Parts: sequence; C-alpha cells; structure tokens
Amino acid sequence: MTAKFDTPELFKNIEIIDTPKYEVDSMAHSSPYPAKAQHNEKLGFPGELVDNWEEKAVTRLGELVDGSRALRTFLDSCVKCGACTDKCHYYLGTKDPKNMPVARQDLLRSIYRRYYTFAGKYFPRLVGARDMDKSVLDEWYSYFHQCSQCRRCSVFCPYGIDTAEISMAARDIMDTVGHGQKYCNEILGKLQTIGNNLGLPEKALINTLEDLEEEVEEDTGVAVKYPVDVKGADVLLVVPSADFFAEPHIDGLIGYGKVFHQAGISWTLSSYASEAANFSMFIGSGDNLKKVAQRIRDAAEELGVKRIIVGECGHAWRVAYSFWNTLVGPFDFLDPNYPAPQHIVEFTYDLIQRGALNLDKEANDHRRITFHDSCNVARASRMGNIPGGQFILPRALITASANHFFDMSPETIHENTFCCGGGGGLLTDDLMEIRIKGAMPRMQALKQVVDEHDVNAMVAICAICKAQFSKALPAYQFPMDMITSLHQVVGDAIQLGTKD
Amino acid sequence: MTLSVVYAILFYAATLLLVVGVVRKIIIYARTPAPLKIPVTPAPTTKAGVVWRMTKEVTVFQSLFKANKWTWLFGWMFHVALAFVLFRHLRYFQEPVWAIVALIQPIGQYAGFAMLAGLTGLWARRFLVDRVRYITSLSDHLMLALLVAIGLSGLAIKYLAHTDIVALKTWVLGLMYFDLQPLPSDIFVLLHLGLVIILMVIFPISKLLHVPGLFFMPTRNQVDNPREVRHTAGWTAK
Ligand code: HEM
Ligand code: HEM
Ligand code: SF4
Ligand code: SF4
Ligand code: SF4
Repeated sequence: MTAKFDTPELFKNIEIIDTPKYEVDSMAHSSPYPAKAQHNEKLGFPGELVDNWEEKAVTRLGELVDGSRALRTFLDSCVKCGACTDKCHYYLGTKDPKNMPVARQDLLRSIYRRYYTFAGKYFPRLVGARDMDKSVLDEWYSYFHQCSQCRRCSVFCPYGIDTAEISMAARDIMDTVGHGQKYCNEILGKLQTIGNNLGLPEKALINTLEDLEEEVEEDTGVAVKYPVDVKGADVLLVVPSADFFAEPHIDGLIGYGKVFHQAGISWTLSSYASEAANFSMFIGSGDNLKKVAQRIRDAAEELGVKRIIVGECGHAWRVAYSFWNTLVGPFDFLDPNYPAPQHIVEFTYDLIQRGALNLDKEANDHRRITFHDSCNVARASRMGNIPGGQFILPRALITASANHFFDMSPETIHENTFCCGGGGGLLTDDLMEIRIKGAMPRMQALKQVVDEHDVNAMVAICAICKAQFSKALPAYQFPMDMITSLHQVVGDAIQLGTKD
Repeated sequence: MTLSVVYAILFYAATLLLVVGVVRKIIIYARTPAPLKIPVTPAPTTKAGVVWRMTKEVTVFQSLFKANKWTWLFGWMFHVALAFVLFRHLRYFQEPVWAIVALIQPIGQYAGFAMLAGLTGLWARRFLVDRVRYITSLSDHLMLALLVAIGLSGLAIKYLAHTDIVALKTWVLGLMYFDLQPLPSDIFVLLHLGLVIILMVIFPISKLLHVPGLFFMPTRNQVDNPREVRHTAGWTAK
C-alpha cells in the first residue's frame, strides 16, 4: 500500500476545475508491484529483467514502430502544441507534469528519437532525446502505470495522437524485457488457466449461480434462471467475472437474467469463457489479446449458440466491438440478423423498442440518477447503428426504467467523459493514491449534480468503473452505494410475471 | 555570380532532401500496417464521413478548437496566413501568373503580418503558460524562431529594402529551367532564401512531419465499422 495521501478537495462547480500549476515529480513515488517470475513466464515473457535489457528494449521499440502506423505517426508528429496538457484526469488530480499526455508520450518519444531519428541521433539535446537506462525504465514503470488508456487526450489532440497506444507500447516493451506489472500479468495468467480473472473454478461458478437463482426467486417469486453451459441456447452471454460476486456488479447480472426471462430468449453463460475482460489490451500484448478472445469464440462454437452478447464492461466491449472480428472473426457461424458481437445494452434497447419488456418506472422513484460514460465505450467503441449510439442507448434504458435522470456537465460526459481513475490495469490497491486522485474530475462533476439535483445514484456500464467508484466515492465523502449497475435499474423496473 | 551558383546548388540540394525525405516518410507511413481498428469518437461510420472529418480537421482545426481557444486562434491564424503567403509566392514560379494567384495578391500582402502575429502568440504561450513551457524543448523554440525570421526577412524585402523583384523572379525561373541567372545580392534576399533552405532541409526530420503524418493517423482516418467489415493488417493478417 502507498503511504497516506490527501484526497483532492472538491469545489462547488465543475467550471472551477482550475488547471493546476504543475508540481514536478509529485507522483514519482507511485509504482505498482512488479510481477513475479511465474506471472511473466506464463504469458510468454522473461521472468526477470534480462541481460542487456537496454538493447532489447530499444529493439522491441523498433519492432513495435514498424508494426504500427499509429505508433509511428504519433511519435513523429506531435508539435508540442500543448492542447492535451490539461485534459488528463491524472494531471488534474496530481499536478505532476509527467501526467500531461504529451509529457507522458515524451517519456517514450525521447527514446524513439535517440535511436530511430536523425535529429535524435546527432542532436539529442536539441530535441530532448536521451539514452535508454535504468532511470528511464523506472520512470516508464511509474508513469505508464499512471495512464488508464482512456483516450481523452486523443479527442482533443489536433491530430488524434492517442497516449493510450503509447502506454500500451511501453508496457509491451517492459514485459518483453522482463519487467511486468503484477496486477495485470497475474490476472491474465488466471484467466488463461481457469477461465476468468477471479480464478473462480467451474464448480464455484455453478454454485454461485444456483444461489443467485434462489435469491432472485425469494425476492420476486419468479424462477429466473442463470444457466451455465447450456448447449443449443440462442445466446451466449459473456460478462466480466466481477458480475458473479462484486457489488453492485451482481445486481447488474440479476438484471440481465430478468431481461432474458421476460423476453423469453434462451441464453447461457460459459464456464470455459467465464470472463469478458481481456487485460491483454492494457499490456499491449497482441498474442495474449488474440488467445483470450479465441476462448470466447471457441465456447460459442462449442455451445452452438446463434448470438454472442457482452455484459457491462468497458474495455471488454472495446475488445469485443473493435477487435474480435479482426482477431478471431469472421463470426459466420452466428445468426447474421444480429450484430456480432452485441452489447447487452443494444439487446435490451431493441427489446424495449419492440415493447417486449414491461417496465414500471415508479419502481425506481427512490433513485435520482446520473450516468457515467465509461471511456472505453465512449471513446473506443460504439453501440447501435448510428454514430454516438453508445451515448444514446444507455440513457434510453435509464429513462425507460426510471423517472429521475440528470446528466452531468457536458464537458464531462459523452466523448469528453472523465475516466473513473481505475481503468487500464490500475485497479489495484498498490495504486490507490493515483486512483483516488485521478477520480477527482469525475467526483467534481458528480458533486455538481448532487448539489443541484440531489442525485443519489451514478449508473455505470463498466466493471472496473464500478469497482473503482466503490473506493473513490467514500474517499470523496459520497455514499459508496451510489454506484449502480445499469441493468440493476432496468431489472428493478421489469415487472416479472406480466408477460408469461 | 558565385553567390548565384552557391544558392542554386543549395536550393537544388534542399529540394532533393525535402522531396526525397517527405516522399520516403509517406511511403513508410503508407506501408506500416494498422493492425487494429482504433478510430476515436466521434468516429464516422462511412468513408465519406471520414473525408468530411479530416477536411474539418485540416481546414478549421476542429479538435484544437475544442481543446484550447487561444492555441487555436494563434495556430489557425498562422497556418491560414502561411497558406496565403505560399500561394502568393507562386508568382515567382510561373510565367504567366495564374489569374487566381494575381487575384489574391492584395489580401496576401497582409498575410505576412498575420503569420507573424500568429507565430508570436504561439511563441508567447511557450513562455507564459507553465504547462506549455514544461513540454517545450529547444527545437520547438528554434522552429518558431526560424519561421519568424523567414517572415521578418520577407517583410523586410517588401517594406524596408526593396530588391529587384523582376531579377529575382528571373533567377527563380532560371533555377526551374536549369538556366542559371544572376541573383540580386541584397542582404534580406540572401537571408530570406538561406532560411527557406534551412526550413526545407529540416522539414522531413522534424515535427513538421505533422503535415504528412496527420493524414495517416488511424485514430482519425479509420471508418468505424469493425463489426460490419473485417479489418486485418500486419500481425492480425497472419
Ligand atoms: C496540411 C497542412 C497543415 C496542417 C493541417 C497543420 C496543422 C497544424 C496544427 C493543428 C498545429 C497545432 C496548433 C498550432 O500550434 O498551430 C500545427 C502546428 C505547427 N505547424 Fe502545422 N499544419 C500544416 C502545415 C504546416 C506547414 C506547411 C508548416 C511549416 C512550414 C507548419 C508548421 C507548424 C509549426 C511550426 C507548428 C508548431 C507551432 C508551435 O510551435 O506552437 N504546419 N500545425
Ligand atoms: C524559393 C522560395 C522563396 C522565395 C524566392 C521567396 C521570395 C520572397 C520575396 C521576393 C518576398 C518579397 C515580396 C515583395 O516584395 O512583395 C518574400 C516575402 C515573404 N516571404 Fe518569401 N520566398 C520564398 C519562400 C518563402 C517561404 C517558404 C516562406 C514561409 C515559410 C516565405 C515567407 C515570406 C513572407 C511571410 C513574406 C512577406 C509577406 C509577403 O510578401 O508575402 N517565403 N519572399
Ligand atoms: S489516455 Fe487518458 S489517462 Fe492516458 S494520458 Fe490520455 S487522458 Fe491521461
Ligand atoms: S495535443 Fe497532440 S500535438 Fe499537441 S502536444 Fe498534445 S499530443 Fe502533441
Ligand atoms: S474503468 Fe471505466 S472509466 Fe475507467 S478507463 Fe475503463 S472504462 Fe474508463
């Protein structure tokens, strides 16, 4: 755990988020635990920092640049205009100038310039190029784990330079030389041997779901099913494994079940692919990205389903929506009448449009709701068939299920949304300080709607956001249970038994 | 006449470096694969949408406008003025001069001042805004200094120490048709041309690569249709 730190103060109004004056190295002490040898090796990386790692790191950088047009143009083109400098929640929350997106990029760009550009080879001082050494590696390890890969900077850069891509590359290089991060690498190992991030074995999963069925039946008097490994079901639902046990995630899972129940569509979870999350993206590892995605495709073929639907998870949806077809497609064995994959929000939205759900908005009258756009949904993927559908559909679900909805300030929602502070592989206790400080802008915006509209529920559609807010809300003096799953709101409004 | 020869050689060399350098970079950018779909919101779902998006970015700096009004104001003023100045300079390279080039000469006169005003604003930010100061390296200052010096020397030719424009044009046309003519050896002309040569040489090895680079950025030029069209390239195509 990090030492004690002060939670940033909130102001009354979002417009007051004054861009802070920077304080050099104010977060230099923040670094996650390094991975153990066995965690690295399981993913195909060297266990420990290899000999002549400096050279290998530089070589790997060259390979990555050769393989990615994004990385190459991003490293070449930044003009240091500064437009991105005040856009990162980690800079706003920590004041550390190396958390300004362009400065974060420069940690890597300085090495690229030194070894791969004319100017950097011959005039290093002039263009801020430097040699690869241990201090650079330490700095990378610290500051590339202070980026949640949320892409907010990219929206505002005149060229669309995306610091997330740079972070991913830096983490790939560090893994390649044997300096991986414990949290991500350990979890990816569990996922590849057991099937989910939690390391929840098949038996335990089945028991959990049976308990859930009993609980829901007790609550509602209706036998809603939460099936696993049912061959021939119409739909394979893949959810983040936090949905099986964490609060408020599990209430979202209950909600999905109610939606399927009332729609009368047969569905199943898979014990082999019991995880929607794919942390390979966070560490920039293409091999692992593909391997993990392949599990889900295999499960779908094995079960013989017609559709794949993904639960509430931000980066998982990015991987599913943007990368699955590329990595493990085409999905020609699925029913072509539905998008592959489909988001649970798209699914529920279609049902509502068709009048297939009976929703009682008054069931949510105790909730005064706002919505947190999860970055990976907002800036790296989409829903529905029109641009911006990822903003419209979740809000449509809320307003179809509840009477009181209030958006946060426009500069903090939609593609401008502020990250929760815990995304991109930072959701670990050893990074608590950066997580809490990075949540400041979102908390600021929340405070405004709490003050003005008595908002008491913040709905999210990302497992990481939900877990992160469970920590961040209390730190900023909000009740922890404000964080709510979208399908919890929908589920509470569904009038079970009225369509049977 | 020696000066004329020296400048002619330098110009040929600089042109070669500029063209080869930029074309080489463009080829590298085009050949480097974009293995995954990574357009950033608001991402268009059609090719035409992407063209429209890029058009807005290139002509009015849409994202920059959203990000920071002052930087946008100075940056856009500089670039638009630069475009006018360069377009106006075409008159040295053609005989007869296109009607449109002749037509904008009057507006173009002020463009030199606007360009300097924009550059001054951008430069001031590098001193006055602490965050921008932090990310500025020496090369960023030198780049602005170079452009300011080119602008000032150009304006000096026009307003301070006139040169024989006709002779200068003859020299330029001579360069183009490999028929060397004498170069008017006024100090500001030599300065202006010398600085322009430096600009041409550093173009392909500096951040001026934003000009070709910005057209290749997958975050902005990709169509948002990963579910409809299977995209593969580089390692994802293997
Ligand atoms: C397609 C044409 C071009 C586009 C769309 C473009 C776009 C931009 C944008 C958006 C910026 C950032 C904002 C700013 O600082 O102004 C910028 C900066 C810059 N551009 Fe361009 N540019 C183009 C061509 C050029 C050319 C031809 C030159 C020089 C000969 C140039 C020189 C610069 C310089 C020096 C900067 C940095 C200014 C600073 O230091 O603050 N640009 N460009
Ligand atoms: C072969 C290249 C060039 C030649 C022969 C050239 C020549 C000249 C001449 C003769 C003038 C004086 C105009 C007059 O008296 O009316 C001038 C002005 C100027 N030049 Fe250039 N120039 C060249 C390239 C450039 C470039 C690349 C830039 C900008 C980056 C530039 C920026 C200016 C400016 C700002 C002025 C003053 C405003 C104006 O008259 O448009 N020049 N140039
Ligand atoms: S991607 Fe997000 S966290 Fe990373 S630098 Fe950009 S704004 Fe900050
Ligand atoms: S906004 Fe883009 S070009 Fe400007 S400094 Fe940031 S990364 Fe560089
Ligand atoms: S956890 Fe949520 S808010 Fe944070 S980066 Fe991921 S999607 Fe964004």
